[in-house]
Amino acid sequence: MAPLPSVSGFPDPSAGSRHRSGRLGWLLLLGLVFALVVGTKALASDSRLTGEAFDMPGDGGGSIGLRWQGNFEEMAEAHYQIVLSDREQGVFQPVVTLPANTHYEKNRVAPWWMSGTPHPQAHFLQVSTVAESPLLNGRRYFVKILALIGDERFESRVFSAVPQPNWFQWAKLNNFLFMLAFSASVLLSIRSARTKPTLFLRRIPGIDAVEEAIGRAAETGRPIVYLTGSGELTGRGDASNMSTIAATVLLGEVAKRSAVSGTAIKVPHRSPIVMAIAQDMVKDAYRTAGRPDGHADESNFFIAADQFAYTAAVDGIMLRERPAANFFIGYYYAESLLLAETGAATGAMQIAGTDAEHQLPFFIATCDYTLIGEELYAASAYLSRDPALVGTLRGQDLGKGFLLVGLVAGTGLLTLGDMTGVTIWETAVQIFHDFR
Amino acid sequence: MSLETLCGAWLAVGLSLCIYSFLYRDNPFFKLGEHIFVGASVGYLLVITYHEVMLKKLAVPLIEQHEWRLIIPLILGLLLLARFLPRLAWTSRLTFAFILGVSSGVAIPRLLSSFVLQQVQGTLKPLVTVGPAGISFGLAELNTVLILIGVVSVLVYFFFSVEHTGSVRRVARVGSCFLMISFGAAFGYTVMARMSLLIGRFDELILYATPEYGYATVWLLGLVTGGLVWWQRRVRQAETQAPPDGAE
Repeated sequence: MAPLPSVSGFPDPSAGSRHRSGRLGWLLLLGLVFALVVGTKALASDSRLTGEAFDMPGDGGGSIGLRWQGNFEEMAEAHYQIVLSDREQGVFQPVVTLPANTHYEKNRVAPWWMSGTPHPQAHFLQVSTVAESPLLNGRRYFVKILALIGDERFESRVFSAVPQPNWFQWAKLNNFLFMLAFSASVLLSIRSARTKPTLFLRRIPGIDAVEEAIGRAAETGRPIVYLTGSGELTGRGDASNMSTIAATVLLGEVAKRSAVSGTAIKVPHRSPIVMAIAQDMVKDAYRTAGRPDGHADESNFFIAADQFAYTAAVDGIMLRERPAANFFIGYYYAESLLLAETGAATGAMQIAGTDAEHQLPFFIATCDYTLIGEELYAASAYLSRDPALVGTLRGQDLGKGFLLVGLVAGTGLLTLGDMTGVTIWETAVQIFHDFR
Repeated sequence: MSLETLCGAWLAVGLSLCIYSFLYRDNPFFKLGEHIFVGASVGYLLVITYHEVMLKKLAVPLIEQHEWRLIIPLILGLLLLARFLPRLAWTSRLTFAFILGVSSGVAIPRLLSSFVLQQVQGTLKPLVTVGPAGISFGLAELNTVLILIGVVSVLVYFFFSVEHTGSVRRVARVGSCFLMISFGAAFGYTVMARMSLLIGRFDELILYATPEYGYATVWLLGLVTGGLVWWQRRVRQAETQAPPDGAE
């Protein structure tokens, strides 16, 4: 079929179209080449930055881990920048910028039972905040790793992870095992103490003096003042918890003896909770001693929670009532010297017992007898001879013996390892490390 | 200067001098200071507990935000008040058992971590340093040896079920020496800190002795000293007028 004639005066439209499509083709070709060049470069950067994001195992939540590898470590002034967002397409905020030759996973302080064998070139970072806000549990976070070399910038693909709290902190596995072992040794020792009631306990002068102090109070007809310290029992796990519990247990023993000898006991308190527990201890002690009628509810009384208001009031009591003996048992802070010095000035016999190491020197300087640290915990076992308490003491000794052997043997092996270049001992003594 | 600042300065100086009067002996000024101190701190604690705990942590979340789990601490708290009802007093022991259980449960892992493992970790170090120049033993290594001897001997001192005789006694004596040296150092350090507190207090008393504060320290020191002299004379008079012990 013959072609249609062209309309006069008008160029052939198909010819123009051919010209345009030719130019478009060239443009497309150029675009394709450009895209290929840029795309190839982008693909190259992606392939050089590989990694993963994951919820940090064995933590309390609120953090994610990043592990990545790149080939930029050799380049001068190369840095990695970690950027994070809570939306995949959202605005990524910088978390941290690190020199490229730092934060290797192999240098991470982690126990051998958790760390595995890291790749020698792998980097590691734990992220728990972004823009000063903590990461939220259960929310998915998106992370990118950027390699910055001068003006050039290479991006990894987007990784994501959801921080979650875990039930077990695996880094603390050794703590848990030690706790189980110590508990087992204490339980076995209690069993042994029940079958062998004459288990040896060495003499502690401060504990022997308890009888003397109560006897002195009975002779002079003056009261005993017993302080349970400034420790709290709030359930927060303060360092004062253990010594405060020990102080209330020892109070029971002292109250039992004062009930038998008919000596009045006064127990001023800073904490209402400790006061309520001490009230029960004293009441039980009088009942056990066969003198329930001798117990006065007012023997335990609350003064003030403020440290120095309490101290001023107890000082006043010491000066006005002139007790025959003062007991400072439990956990103390700066009030220790103010109390013990006033007590010494009144001429009272004074027995102190605390594991607050900063206050011990003041008690040693001003009291007749001082139970140092763990002697405080031994006191109630020594006085009561209760198989459960004596066994506990024996169990603690076994624990200390184990630590002592571990310390001497561990130091010897580490020294030997350093001298011979054997590193296995450094890994072995990690069972004594406290990882966080 | 505002009237509040001036009154505050006079009150601070007056109460400080009342408490310092204890250095002489127990006296009415000290008793006044002591009672104001105890009363104010108990009142303050009451208000803080009501606003910060009972309202903010219990009433508001429970009533307005319907956080029903707070009923558990509310019941435990109410059980503490059952001590005032003799027939129900035993129920308060449930709360005490809870507090003691939680306190011990939270404290034991922390103590094991801080007072056992971290201490052992700090002690477990090689006794020599091996470098390119060979094995060396310097001051750092001497420190490590001293720490090891100290820790081991103090541990031996705190053995209660082993009789301290023979070599155990000798090692325990070394441990006792280490303890006393550390207590001496702590004593000196703390006394220095207390001196710093005393200097701070004196600084304030000297500042309040200036004309700007109406010579508060000077006037009140005179008042307290005069009061003490007058009170001491009255006490002596009462003592001389009182019949001797045993007289009718």
